[in-house]
Amino acid sequence: MTFLRAHRTIATVIAFALVYVVIKVLNLVGIFNAYYIQLIMLAGINIVMTVSLGMVNGFTGQFSIGHAGFMAVGAYTSVMITTVWLHASVANPWVGYPVFIAAILAGGLLAAAAGYIVGAPSLRLKGDYLAIVTLSASELIRTVIRVSSFLGGPRGLGGIPKFTNLEVVFVFAIVSVVLMRNYLFSSHGRSMKAVRDSEIAAEATGINTTRQKVFVFVFSAFFAGISGGVFAHLLQFIHPDNFSFMKSLEYLIYLYVGGSASISGAMVGAAVFTVLPELLRSLQSWRMVIYPLILILVMIFRTEGIMGLKEFSFILIPQRQRKEVSA
Amino acid sequence: MRRLFAIILVCALIVSVGVGCKKAAVTPTDQVVNLGSIFGMTGASSSFGIAEDKGTAMAVEEFNAAGGATIGGVKTTINYINEDDTGLPEVGASAVHKLIDQDKVIGIIGAQTSMVSLAIAPVLQAAGIPMISPSSTNEKVTLVGDYIFRSCFLDAFQGRVMANYVWNTLKLKTAAVLYDNANDYNMGIAQIFKTSFESLGGKVVAYEAYTNEATTVDYKPQLTNIKAANPEFLYLPNYYNGVALQLKQARQMGLNAPAGGGDAWDSPDLVTIGGAAVEGAIFTNNFSKDDPSPLVQSFITSYTTKFGEAPAGVSSLAYDATGLLLDAFKTCGSIKGSDIRDAMKNTTFSGIGGAYKFDENRNPVKSAVIIKIVNGQQTYVTTVNP
Amino acid sequence: MGQFLQQLINGIQIGSIYALIALGYTIVYGIVRLINFAHADIFMIGAYMGFFLAPVMAKVFGGAFIPTIIAAMFITGLLGFVMEKLAYRPLRYKSRLSALITALGVSLFLENFCALDFHLFGVHLVFGPQFRKFPDLIVTRQIAIPGNLGLSIPNVVLLDVGVSIFLMVLLFWFVNKTLIGKQMRAVSFDKPTASLMGINIDIVISTAFIVGAALAGAGGILYGTTYGMLAAPYLGIWPGMKAFIAAVLGGIGNIPGAVLGAYIMGISEAFATSVDSNLGFGIAFAILIVILLVRPSGLLGKFMPEKV
Repeated sequence: MTFLRAHRTIATVIAFALVYVVIKVLNLVGIFNAYYIQLIMLAGINIVMTVSLGMVNGFTGQFSIGHAGFMAVGAYTSVMITTVWLHASVANPWVGYPVFIAAILAGGLLAAAAGYIVGAPSLRLKGDYLAIVTLSASELIRTVIRVSSFLGGPRGLGGIPKFTNLEVVFVFAIVSVVLMRNYLFSSHGRSMKAVRDSEIAAEATGINTTRQKVFVFVFSAFFAGISGGVFAHLLQFIHPDNFSFMKSLEYLIYLYVGGSASISGAMVGAAVFTVLPELLRSLQSWRMVIYPLILILVMIFRTEGIMGLKEFSFILIPQRQRKEVSA
Repeated sequence: MRRLFAIILVCALIVSVGVGCKKAAVTPTDQVVNLGSIFGMTGASSSFGIAEDKGTAMAVEEFNAAGGATIGGVKTTINYINEDDTGLPEVGASAVHKLIDQDKVIGIIGAQTSMVSLAIAPVLQAAGIPMISPSSTNEKVTLVGDYIFRSCFLDAFQGRVMANYVWNTLKLKTAAVLYDNANDYNMGIAQIFKTSFESLGGKVVAYEAYTNEATTVDYKPQLTNIKAANPEFLYLPNYYNGVALQLKQARQMGLNAPAGGGDAWDSPDLVTIGGAAVEGAIFTNNFSKDDPSPLVQSFITSYTTKFGEAPAGVSSLAYDATGLLLDAFKTCGSIKGSDIRDAMKNTTFSGIGGAYKFDENRNPVKSAVIIKIVNGQQTYVTTVNP
Repeated sequence: MGQFLQQLINGIQIGSIYALIALGYTIVYGIVRLINFAHADIFMIGAYMGFFLAPVMAKVFGGAFIPTIIAAMFITGLLGFVMEKLAYRPLRYKSRLSALITALGVSLFLENFCALDFHLFGVHLVFGPQFRKFPDLIVTRQIAIPGNLGLSIPNVVLLDVGVSIFLMVLLFWFVNKTLIGKQMRAVSFDKPTASLMGINIDIVISTAFIVGAALAGAGGILYGTTYGMLAAPYLGIWPGMKAFIAAVLGGIGNIPGAVLGAYIMGISEAFATSVDSNLGFGIAFAILIVILLVRPSGLLGKFMPEKV
């Protein structure tokens, strides 16, 4: 036990591997059917989206409300590569999966580029304005997709091979969260928090706030783009309306209710809100009435969200043990 | 402590999803089987989804009242389960998994929008469960596989029918089109109309678009352009709510050319909202309310009695889609997906929209009717055979 | 030439409605530095109030338009007051971000609550997603313009522009010539000092919300009268978005700026749409981005440096 406590990383890896095994066993036994697996996969994608949004909105204190636009860029890019240009297929996994992974990364890179184009000129604006600019940007992205017939336009793009499965989502979610966690806990992350808490003071300590904000924005757009690619290959069909303002709003709700100041908050928010609508299927028409109400109540009574500033222990990087200095 | 609580909360939620759902569903026994539907009951276009749900519910009720089916010697009735896709493909995809895995449905009526249909069709094809959509007009839907059917026209057909009618019967030489370029239904029909009309020798003098019916109310900029082009016919292959405004605004600015459209005009609200502006306009449709056939008339009467409102066009499409699937179910006498699918392929079902016969891509080959608004009422003009 | 003038008239009409909404955004922002996302939904509720109240008003008063618009303004003003008291006042001294998020929440809540469609004790709640025909409050007529350009304006256009300008003049008088108006200007200039001068901040903020909401309500009635149909409780989102951009364009917090911005938006939208509808859709955003890059304080706004 002491061994595990001291080697937290290994313990975490083992824990997640166990979770995966348990899910697989339940699936084989029939308790977890395809419906549950679908939900778990969607939750994984939403977790990465929400954590990436949290980097910008939570840790850097900005108000970006067009995150779904970057998801769209990633989704469409990856689909163009796997489906339209290269005709990759699940039937041929040794060729297919490498293409899939390359396509996802390409999607992420293009989304990051889009993030740069949107962020560089606008991040020097005050928070309120950034909201409208990010919203406009995501709507413009959607309009571009809609008028481009090679991207399917209003017909959408279908026939996407189903590369995304439970293993893919697990790996993708864990790797993404670890990467983002590492970035946030580095000195960059501290700079981001400084910017959030007081931009003017941060500038005074020598942090180039605009550059920092742009970098985080681009980084977060990258992960949104990758999530988009994974999402597209799960759903097997994408359409500009999938990535509307409403979708961006959903991620905002997940983030702020879960707790915008922590990674764990984003994860909890995403997981809870992915599963909740399935639970409340009978209340479907009330869903979008209850969600905003929860958001308002959380904002008024517990502004820091469910998780507040606390993180799950597997998120925290263990401090290096200091050896006792003998006198 | 808080994280422990959060973990327990999430696990509890995941588990209770299954428990909660199991209680709601009816595990199929020989007595009752489940039929599922996926429509947009909330969100954009939900008025159409709700109308389709009503049509489907009525068809199921009538099927059960008529004695249901006999499967393996046991009388079997249908339990109808409707799921909401909220207009989003991923919610539709979750819904379809629930219906297949939890509720073990024998078939799916849906989806309403092509966007959701294209997301759920691959799942149903892989699971071997037949699907029939009442209103998805995108041709790619049925191409997903041989378990996927539809009960509505393809865009191509309606556009062609109207082009022929305008050129040959109305003898009009020039036309203008106004369509929604954010919606593949409107866009598809508009494109086909244009190509058909021009190949007949006509001229499309104005081809204007607007972006997204749901958010547009002001068509005056486009109508001003159209008026300047002076067309003899105005083609508006759009949904009835948009058309009502388009015609009102057109007539207001003195654009009085005869107008026409497609089956998305079929709703009593077209006249309620459009008023005098829609008088004299024509549209292609699946069936006519004037049709004296007892099937059509009893459908209209029963629907109006049961729901307190006249049926919308999509209600009749959903009613037929359900009737067709249940008829195939009864004929083949089995709950296996492949048997129902085969029975559907060879169906000779006759519904509100006439006799249904499927072509090799499982699209129905059926006639269209042309309806004219006379004195605020839909009046039958003629039938056009495929 | 005729076409050009016709599009110009189209644009002015669109701009008039945007102006009424933009004024609400700008007044609230000027006082509490909050983008009230829910403002667009107050506009929507104003329109629906017209739908429900017009038959009643016609019976009670005979003529439907003026009583309906006054009643709608009253109800939306009240709604603005309640909204501020319940949702925004608790957050007044917390971060602006929380208030913004709450505003988003209120907006979503209003839209979806109004879209509910069920019966409770025989009462139909709430508005439902069905398309509603807006009752005819005035008899629509074409008015021919003399001259040989063949133009005619529907009388609704004159109504829209006329009512908007009337309300704007009223607002101008209110803000510049009344005591409470002066207090509003003081609070918008420097809130802490204003309260030290003995101004009751609560009353001033509430007034700002009420006035802004009432204007939006009037805009809703005009919208219903002009277009004749209420599509769904989501109908406020896009006009609201464009009106907000108009307010930013003119200089957020600046009242004449909001009006100027609104008319510029309306006219450019009409012309852009006549070229291509996607352009019309995107022109609003394009204008916004240009403004924010070139002159973030807007056309008539003043640059307010952030003090520590």
